[in-house]
Amino acid sequence: MGKLSWDAIPIHQPIPMAASLFVTFAVFGTLGLVTWKRWWPYLWREWLTSVDHKRIGVMYVLLALVLLLRGFIDAIMMRSQLAIAAGGAAGYLPPEHYDQIFSAHGTIMIFFMAMPFMIGLMNFVVPLQLGVRDVAFPVLNAISFWLTASGALLVNVSLVIGEFARTGWLAYPPLSELQFSPGVGVDYYLWALQISGIGTLLAGINMVTTILKLRAPGMSYMRMPVFCWTALASSMLIVAAFPILTATFGMLLLDRYVGMHFFTNGGGGNVMLYFNLIWAWGHPEVYILILPAFGIFSEVIATFSGKALFGYRSMVLATLAICVLSFMVWLHHFFTMGAGANVNAFFGIMSMIIAVPTGVKLFNWLFTLFRGRIRYEVPLLWAIGFMVTFVIGGVTGVLMAVPPADFVLHNSLFLVAHFHNVIIGGVLFGAMAGYNYWFPKAFGFTLDKRLGLISFWCWLIGFYLAFIPLYLVGLLGMTRRMQHYADLSWQPYMIVAEAGAVIILCGIVATIAQLVISIRTRERRRDRSGDPWNARTLEWSTASPPPGYNFAVLPQVKSLDAFWSMKQQGGIALPQRYDSIEIPKNSANGFVTAFFAVVTGFALIWHIWWMAILGLLCAALTLFAFGWIKRVEHEVSGAQLAEADRSRLRGST
Amino acid sequence: MNAPSTAADFAEPSIPLSARGPAPVRIVVAYGFWIFLLSDIIMFSALFASYAVLSGQTAGGPSGHDLFELRHVGIETLCLLFSSYTCGLGVLAVERRRMKGFYVAFALTFVLGATFLGLEVSEFARMIGQGAGPSRSAFLSAFFSLVGLHGVHVSIGLLWMCFMTGQITVRGPLDFVRRRLLCFSLFWHALDIIWVALLTMVYLMGAR
Repeated sequence: MGKLSWDAIPIHQPIPMAASLFVTFAVFGTLGLVTWKRWWPYLWREWLTSVDHKRIGVMYVLLALVLLLRGFIDAIMMRSQLAIAAGGAAGYLPPEHYDQIFSAHGTIMIFFMAMPFMIGLMNFVVPLQLGVRDVAFPVLNAISFWLTASGALLVNVSLVIGEFARTGWLAYPPLSELQFSPGVGVDYYLWALQISGIGTLLAGINMVTTILKLRAPGMSYMRMPVFCWTALASSMLIVAAFPILTATFGMLLLDRYVGMHFFTNGGGGNVMLYFNLIWAWGHPEVYILILPAFGIFSEVIATFSGKALFGYRSMVLATLAICVLSFMVWLHHFFTMGAGANVNAFFGIMSMIIAVPTGVKLFNWLFTLFRGRIRYEVPLLWAIGFMVTFVIGGVTGVLMAVPPADFVLHNSLFLVAHFHNVIIGGVLFGAMAGYNYWFPKAFGFTLDKRLGLISFWCWLIGFYLAFIPLYLVGLLGMTRRMQHYADLSWQPYMIVAEAGAVIILCGIVATIAQLVISIRTRERRRDRSGDPWNARTLEWSTASPPPGYNFAVLPQVKSLDAFWSMKQQGGIALPQRYDSIEIPKNSANGFVTAFFAVVTGFALIWHIWWMAILGLLCAALTLFAFGWIKRVEHEVSGAQLAEADRSRLRGST
Repeated sequence: MNAPSTAADFAEPSIPLSARGPAPVRIVVAYGFWIFLLSDIIMFSALFASYAVLSGQTAGGPSGHDLFELRHVGIETLCLLFSSYTCGLGVLAVERRRMKGFYVAFALTFVLGATFLGLEVSEFARMIGQGAGPSRSAFLSAFFSLVGLHGVHVSIGLLWMCFMTGQITVRGPLDFVRRRLLCFSLFWHALDIIWVALLTMVYLMGAR
């Protein structure tokens, strides 16, 4: 069984043992409930084998919400440790455990919370906004999702069996090399991210092809909704950046498994190579996350201002400018590592230039709000909260783009506060805005507004309380990733930050309560119009939830904000003729392939070679077997489509 | 001219390509596969960059000059480039429904690809035999990874080739099979492009 033995279960460490018991009970409890209620056939038929982009999108978002909880538990454990562990107090987390927690927190929040959230929203919304029936490659889409879920599963398995990496969220060598990290933690990290990274890459390819090749008739590029533009830019960045990550992790794996010398201290290895490669992926990654969020805010602000988005063309241009510039700034993550003044100056200036297109976007949003008929619904509040918060994060970012300033701030809590400021204030607020905005489209009923407001205010206030103290204490000289500090004057800041984390916890509880209560009162909140917000883009022109084929007849697009102009011209006309269409049948390909990917990944982590070969062989055979049978599609006749459309219109009047 | 209103109007040549509605499946599949190939080339570019950085780091061990045999590499190159030509002929034969021509062309492609792979493996074996394995120095780590990754791609291509030949024999040249064949040939040609870069940067520049 390779390195695997009973010692891998943390029986003698109370906190990890409690965590692993919790995970085990949660997983087996869920499985037991599903079995007891006999939900398996339904789940298998409607979700696990679904190739419908909407279902896959919903599963991505669900995965993100579950891992938000996991990542947040890590966060509040760190905040609690730092609120206590000052001066003579050691706190409750030993250093080796604390190191695993901050590594897991970063890894999970970026790769398994923010990424699935954004990809899930893109998956759900983009084909609907483009007015088409699915993504370019529906089965591949399912494979992408299940590979992402496999990575998330492996990270969480590390809680129960073995350990996680103690090397931070980017596993810098030489610390992450075998010599200094001989355990399985780094291997869990690497294989989980390799597997989910393939899923992400395939999702990006799928999305680029969908947006560039599948659009409703009449939807030329400059009639695409802004969210589609940002999804395109983000997906192009995925295609261009994720292969670098795969290659980099591949090299580190070769170092660890075969004894190569890419990043080792001896043998001619070069750690700076790793920093450059990882950030050549890492900086575009930031924009992979934030660009779709910018798209969501654009949709939300235009809808709830009752106006067309101000400066559509400049918005598109700014998006693409950010897309290109994002590849030219990576070195600002390590100004202090000896590149020299000229190189630092170049990357500092490039980093500051990115603020220009971002500023353009902010002004466009402000001018959209200006003299609009503003409705303060929950998604718009998230958008406004974002605009204020993100500006602060942007300004501190430009500050750190000044190389001399960065020499003072590098690796301090100021940096930690900065990137949480842009990722929570930008990406997470965007995800929550999108979640509240598109939920009625996905399920046909609205989310509770009061609990939505509570969730928003808790997050907003909690965020400021948790992270403004980190800016301050960072300026005072506190560095990141410390498990304990001697300077007692920092402790008040840490206690305030802990209070902030508790308020964010209230926000998360409110979000869960909002979901539960909305589901229980769904009959009262049913939206039969398909357009609860009086919105502008094509996804709102079909039923909520949309039928499997999205549109009985593809809409004819004649302008930007196609649905809005249809409404201006007297509503959507029923088509005169319905042609029969083909929609792809379910496929177990994604689920089965991903299952074998988990087996292979687990076996490789624990050096169980026979199992790794078996898993890889089974995964390959699965792909071959599914590739052999002809893709099955099932036909929906024109008469069925016409009947569905008619009964929907009867229902909405 | 009036604004277009029916699907047929949108197929008019006066409508820009971008506004004519969803592209045909063949275009979508080939386009998606192109994007995949681009991403694959980017993965290789990361390894090329690493090789460029590490190629001088021999840690007191042998350098490219000591190890590379250009005649051997030249035969490898000829095999791979010529296999690309026969692969193209095979795909054209299927388009013209000349199945015998397809089998001959693909058999040749397979033999040439397998010969390339065999030569590469023999080169690796010789180097490891001389004590110049991948863990000897950073230069050799980068060399074996870059060339080996290309070799892995060729192996996957050979498996894919068998699969396609089987599928086309059993199922006949159906639309979805021919779309896959097109993707396969794109893949096989892309391996050539990478090999040409590899030959230049690793072998020709390294053997000096």
